[in-house]
Amino acid sequence: MLKFILTRLATFLPTFFGVTLIAFAFIRLLPGDPIIVMAGERGVSPERYQELLHKFNFDKPIWEQYIYYLNSVLHGDLGDSFVTKKPVVEEFFALFPATLELSICAMIFAVVLGLPAGVIAAVNRGKIFDRTLMSAALVGYSMPIFWWALLLIIVVSGKLGLTPVSGRISLMYYFKDPTGFMLWDSLASGQKGAFASALQHLILPTIVLGTIPLAVIARQTRSAMLEVLGEDYIRTARAKGLSPLRINGLHALRNALIPVVTVVGLMVGTLLTGAILTETIFSWPGIGKWMLDSIFRRDYPVVQSGLLLIALIVMAVNLTVDLLYGLINPKIRKR
Amino acid sequence: MKMNKFWLATAIMAVTASMASAKTLVYCSEGSPEGFDPALYTSGTTFDASARPIYNRLVEFTPGTTQIEPGLAESWDVSADGLEYTFHLRAGVKFHSNDSFTPSRDMNADDVIFSFERQQKEDNPYYTVSGGTWEYFQGMSMPDLIKEIVKVDDLTVKFVLNRPEAPMLANMAMDFASIMSKEYADAMLAAGTPEMLNQAPIGTGPFQFVAYQKDAVIRYAANADYWAGKAAIDDLVFAITPDASVRYQKLQANECQVAPYPNPADIDAMKANADLQMLEQQGLNVGYLAFNTQQPPFDNPEVRRAISMAIDKQAILDVVFQGAGMVAKNPIPPTIWSYNDAVQDYAFDPAAAKAMLEAAGVTDLSMKIWAMPVQRPYNPNARRMAELMQADLANVGVNVEIVSYEWGEYLSLSKATDRDGAVLLGWTGDNGDPDNFLAVLLGCDGVGGSNRAQWCNPEFEDLIQRAKVTSDVAERTALYEEAQVVFKREAPWVTIAHSVVFMPLRKEVTGYVMNPLGGHSFYGVDIAE
Repeated sequence: MLKFILTRLATFLPTFFGVTLIAFAFIRLLPGDPIIVMAGERGVSPERYQELLHKFNFDKPIWEQYIYYLNSVLHGDLGDSFVTKKPVVEEFFALFPATLELSICAMIFAVVLGLPAGVIAAVNRGKIFDRTLMSAALVGYSMPIFWWALLLIIVVSGKLGLTPVSGRISLMYYFKDPTGFMLWDSLASGQKGAFASALQHLILPTIVLGTIPLAVIARQTRSAMLEVLGEDYIRTARAKGLSPLRINGLHALRNALIPVVTVVGLMVGTLLTGAILTETIFSWPGIGKWMLDSIFRRDYPVVQSGLLLIALIVMAVNLTVDLLYGLINPKIRKR
Repeated sequence: MKMNKFWLATAIMAVTASMASAKTLVYCSEGSPEGFDPALYTSGTTFDASARPIYNRLVEFTPGTTQIEPGLAESWDVSADGLEYTFHLRAGVKFHSNDSFTPSRDMNADDVIFSFERQQKEDNPYYTVSGGTWEYFQGMSMPDLIKEIVKVDDLTVKFVLNRPEAPMLANMAMDFASIMSKEYADAMLAAGTPEMLNQAPIGTGPFQFVAYQKDAVIRYAANADYWAGKAAIDDLVFAITPDASVRYQKLQANECQVAPYPNPADIDAMKANADLQMLEQQGLNVGYLAFNTQQPPFDNPEVRRAISMAIDKQAILDVVFQGAGMVAKNPIPPTIWSYNDAVQDYAFDPAAAKAMLEAAGVTDLSMKIWAMPVQRPYNPNARRMAELMQADLANVGVNVEIVSYEWGEYLSLSKATDRDGAVLLGWTGDNGDPDNFLAVLLGCDGVGGSNRAQWCNPEFEDLIQRAKVTSDVAERTALYEEAQVVFKREAPWVTIAHSVVFMPLRKEVTGYVMNPLGGHSFYGVDIAE
């Protein structure tokens, strides 16, 4: 197991340098330079333009800029945003808890509903429940998020008045020095009704962000289960007279989980970055919207360092998933 | 530590208690501020969250107009040669206080001098704080204009200029000219946290900054000591809501009372909603098509006039603006003083246009029209606009090719004097002074830069230069009115549209005045019980 972990960690280093290079190059490959974009119609004089180029080090050769960037990253300095003039790290960690909280909730929502749905569909293969569920999953998978979110807001918040329209908590509540995890902050504050308000605000964004993972997990679980249910050992288990619950729940599901865990692991990365639309619609102060705005503004430090931080987190998640495999399936550990 | 927790608990209790009884106005703002020091930034969203609630300027724009009225300066004198502006400051103006700062004195001349010198003098310790590039101070040519700022006494400040500049007073009402506390700046510098000036702002304005949770909520409390009297509302909250449809839903659910920038498609439904009221006003902007007047055949005014007559502007307004705009005939919008309503626009007349082109000896004309890749208030869809023009011009035998570039490139390439084609662009005013449109966009200095028509007309230039150096408003008005006549006759642009800005509010909100300069301020706003 130790060797397995070490080989995994060894691949971390080249990936890290690769990410710094790609993050650095990506934003510079886009046409347009941040000074002109910032100035807009107002424009800048040629002298002022040169002055600003120099101030931001853009007058240096590109490789020198990269070395300079790499050097600061290795010294733990991820730079300051051109736009807000604040350190990128500070902005990232002010916003990241919001994205993380939403992603975790969406993932829990998707797994808690998706797994049983997939199992039930597989067991009842070809029956009405299976067909309905798989059609629903296809719709869920292909539905435009933007439309789905607005539909939910208009019906659930607007017409029925069941949930708030957007935001993370009612404006009545206000916490000094929050951790950024609203569920925790609202509980820790001890203010009456705060936790309930935070929960209510989470409902719609969780459903919207969790819809695609839910559909994917349900379909993945179903097909993995179907494959396993056709195996010899399941037939043996049936022949032994085990209860259907034991066969499906213990023998089949455990083996079917491996591909499902893979999908869940990959989904975490997608959720962190893919929350852009959900965050924008629900005015959710997370990193998705922040990155998008920064790309439009050509805010180089935010884009390159933000990408790097997200990549590091996704890499860490993937590593965890790999280790989890080992736990579920001893075959992988030994390879 | 224990003490800290105690204060925290008290603060929370105080806030929750006051929230229950106090009058709170929630504004669903369209985006996040970049920071809270208005001199560091250029976006209107930032000014709404910083300059307007928190700060004051020496002079202010009278709400709802582009006229100047006293602010922190009660009065001012301008020397006969137009080179010296002396401001007499209001006595007894208090700065806000926060956890780390309580002012020991009232606002005085030192604060005024600090507010400008930090943007101008490289040896000022604040010159480089927060990566400041002081874009507006630079953009309004302040470094060349201001020779020195002199403290005459505690309540008198004199600005000495290098040349007479009539828009100077209007510039002093702009957001970058907000007055900061020198005492606070010094205290933060001594504490080693000068960036707090930008992050925990202290001003003299009607609302005091309480807290900002990035991309989510900004909280303000009414300044009880405000020199013009406490605001009618007790708490002001900006709920940051980037999506226009969601803002509309929040407005309907009364989760906010004011929500700017509605979707054009929602406007009719909003007007019909009994819980809402809808205000509207022309925006301080102009959208135009600029010929390159240095290149044949567009160096011939007759050709430019013919093209102007071939384009159906009303159709553009209907399709591209969906009613949220008005046809422009002058290069300045009607909300700016000196707007010349007597100017006659070129009527839409394809037959006459065709005849004029033939008379000018122009046949088989092919031209490029540049379409911007971005949305702007003065042009919500440049591509669509260019297509409509293409169709109109085909009717008079002109073949149009539409081109576009990435926004940064578009702005740079369109400046070239040898540029091929006519450019769609526009302008949003800064200070409501006609000079800010006419000199910037059409003056000879702007050729090869902000003057996209590359148009330098001696008659026009003489008029705007004379208007720049006199401070008599009546005289300036006459000069600008004449300049607009010259402009229309020479037709360096096809003037297209001024946007119309809509502002939906809850019915209960009273006292909200739309600002022709485009900002939003909540002093004077109340909520009916």
